[in-house]
Amino acid sequence: MTNIRNTRLDTPEESRPNAGLPSVHGPQVLTRDPRLLTGTVGGTTGGTTEHSGTPHTPALARSPQTLDLMLNMGPQHPATHGVFRMELAIDGEQVVDLIPHIGYLHRGSEKLCEHEIYSQIITLFDRLDYVSNFNNELGLVLAVEKLMSIEVPERASYIRMVLCELNRIASHLLFAGTFALDAGALTPSLYTFRDREKIQAIFEATSGARMMHNFFRVGGIKEDVAEDFGARVTQLLSELDRGIDEVDHILTFGEVFLARTKGVGVINGPDAVDWGLSGPALRASNVPYDVRVYEPYCLYDHVEFGVPVGSQGDTWDRYYTRILEMRESVGIVRQCLGQMKPGPIMAPLRRIARPPKGEVYAHAENPRGDFGVYIVSDGGEKPYRLKVRPPSYCNLMALRDLVVGQYIADAVVILGSLDIVLGEVDR
Amino acid sequence: MADIALTVLGLAGLFAGLMSVVLALTWFERKLLARIQQRAGPSVVGPHGLLQPVADAIKLLTKEDLRPAEANRFLFWVAPIAVVIPAFLLWVTIPFADGLAVRAIELGLVYLIGLSVLEVVGLLLAGWGSASKYSMLGGFRAAAQLVSYEIPIIVVMIAVAILVQSVDLRHVVDGHTTTIAGRTISFAGQGGVPLALIMPLGLAIFFIAGLAELGRTPFDIHHAESEVVGGPFVEYSGAHWATFFLAEYMNTFFISALTVLLFFGGWSWPSFETILGDSAPAWIVNALGVAWFLAKIFVVAAVIIWFRGTYPRLRIDQLMSFGWQVLIPLSFANLILAAIVMYYRWPVWSLTLTSIPFLAGIGWFAFKRYADPRKVTTVRMYRRSTRADGEPALIPQERLVPQGVPPLNDRLVSQEPAR
Repeated sequence: MTNIRNTRLDTPEESRPNAGLPSVHGPQVLTRDPRLLTGTVGGTTGGTTEHSGTPHTPALARSPQTLDLMLNMGPQHPATHGVFRMELAIDGEQVVDLIPHIGYLHRGSEKLCEHEIYSQIITLFDRLDYVSNFNNELGLVLAVEKLMSIEVPERASYIRMVLCELNRIASHLLFAGTFALDAGALTPSLYTFRDREKIQAIFEATSGARMMHNFFRVGGIKEDVAEDFGARVTQLLSELDRGIDEVDHILTFGEVFLARTKGVGVINGPDAVDWGLSGPALRASNVPYDVRVYEPYCLYDHVEFGVPVGSQGDTWDRYYTRILEMRESVGIVRQCLGQMKPGPIMAPLRRIARPPKGEVYAHAENPRGDFGVYIVSDGGEKPYRLKVRPPSYCNLMALRDLVVGQYIADAVVILGSLDIVLGEVDR
Repeated sequence: MADIALTVLGLAGLFAGLMSVVLALTWFERKLLARIQQRAGPSVVGPHGLLQPVADAIKLLTKEDLRPAEANRFLFWVAPIAVVIPAFLLWVTIPFADGLAVRAIELGLVYLIGLSVLEVVGLLLAGWGSASKYSMLGGFRAAAQLVSYEIPIIVVMIAVAILVQSVDLRHVVDGHTTTIAGRTISFAGQGGVPLALIMPLGLAIFFIAGLAELGRTPFDIHHAESEVVGGPFVEYSGAHWATFFLAEYMNTFFISALTVLLFFGGWSWPSFETILGDSAPAWIVNALGVAWFLAKIFVVAAVIIWFRGTYPRLRIDQLMSFGWQVLIPLSFANLILAAIVMYYRWPVWSLTLTSIPFLAGIGWFAFKRYADPRKVTTVRMYRRSTRADGEPALIPQERLVPQGVPPLNDRLVSQEPAR
């Protein structure tokens, strides 16, 4: 792992690799600061404009003849998955440095939480990782329930698991589609969105909303599912099996797709742990860590499922891990439906949850990784402080290490393989 | 004077015809792509959305035409024209039926080779003149790509010219019967076979390189949406963008047409003259020929669109290495084979036979280098529902492992998750 500060963008001139070396092109041509090409290129102004947008970052030129070009990717760029922004220093087609910029979607969610009662916070959590809303809600209610030592009714737990696993599939389907788009394939995204719509139809029938559900409650769920829920989900699962197979067939083992993803953006297990990766991005690097397995919440210790683990830690493994995870989620949902029995769906509680004074950390396996919620309670009906550990944000940490030295096209694919959601990164 | 008037009339007719064909091609592409993607495609404007291209054209022509403030006014304006003019001029010598070309040039193939290289100039101008880094990257990508893939195309054309002993497109199509050493050989045309069967290797190289020349999936690198956001065209809007679009579709149509002319016997194979007999009037034979030619072109275009609906995009270095390390050597091998066959007067089917190992070689290269499933080593761990104390949380599960994967790593079983 390289030191984050030791970048090409802020190396002092005298410590650069070519400092003091006689140039093969004769005497040093550039006596002035070789700096990033940050101005306009082409057009009327010509190639090398002098004004630099970042005066504190004189860049290193590989030889006196070449300057790095500063390429701004985002916040409005088709491949940045929302409003993420990367400043790329590129040498030809290769990325020599990268500065990520986040915060374009910052809404102050954590601060807002301090002013809401716990049942209202659920709506804010819906809007963190806005493609896996149920999983977010679960993280919050798990934390509050842990703080209040609430026993959740079995049926509520099963319904939560069904909805969360369906949401995991929906989220991974979205990932597979957008990842294919990043790699340049148009068709898989339409297949995956087709199947994701079906899942969202189930969600809508259950919670009344396609995305912002506000369905889980501290101590249970808002209301019981409809009578035909089991039948509809069973029907959906068989369709999902086919849908996942379709995506798998059109994309996974295609020569061009493998060429683009195999061996790209490799991160080994120890490095992945050091960077704080979690979820499929970590498991792709051969670290079989899954919160559902090691600290089972809900009733995950009542079901059997596999944990897909990659071997190379490359972009393709991060993709395929998710594909295999979808199949496992289908299995989990089937088991849950089989084990579900009628019963209460809410623990007997006061209308307004009032946890005791204290602090708690609970975490759950989100589609993107280890989603943690830390709550400090002063005994009131609102949290004194609430902190989220967003897996997207932590996974994003490794981006620079993965991208530097690769091609621009790889940068796009690697960012896609980390599967960030900006709502969660910026909060 | 009458000659000039006839030429002008021919050019105008060609332009009008090309326009309508391009409009049809855009509709065809959108509809076919939609079907591949389980969508309906254009369906609102006109029956089956047939008038959608017209509506799009009107929209594009009436849109505001923006020029970035920093852009070079001259280069920015001239670039679309520099792209569309060679794309149109290519068609001047394309025969739609026997003798039905605006200007049948005896050195037709040479003319095509010369003109088709010019497109890259316009793309470079657009890339540089837009004063956008994405445009510039796209322009440079286009330059590298188009210049590289021009070579295999030219070399395959030379091989075709060697086989038919002519660079005149009419002769290429017409089953130019050559007499070599007292033996008449006939390829396409009157009961002959199309060159696709005689030189399958040449067809494969030509089609792949043609895709790259067009910037079509999987080689759509210079206007890759997810990377350079449209490449050289990113700053263009309105009529100027429409001009690029027009040139792009004319080129797509051109490569399809050239594939048909060189390898599938153009209007002639199977020949309508032999089917209808000599008594049929010439205009009927010609009309059927043109229709047949267009139908063949649309089949090739459908394959191109099919590729677009199927493949992701290659990376620029993979594109270049594939071009220089695979396609160019293969195209020269193909040329040499054709020359040997013609020189020693071997029967032409020997060329088919020798092509096959080379074709297998391409497949092997793509498979071995990128797609060997044996390299897929994703292993899977498994969690039991009821776990006894002291039992590891994860145990290896073999039923889930894909075939041919190396044995599971036992280390994983006892390995603690994180430090």
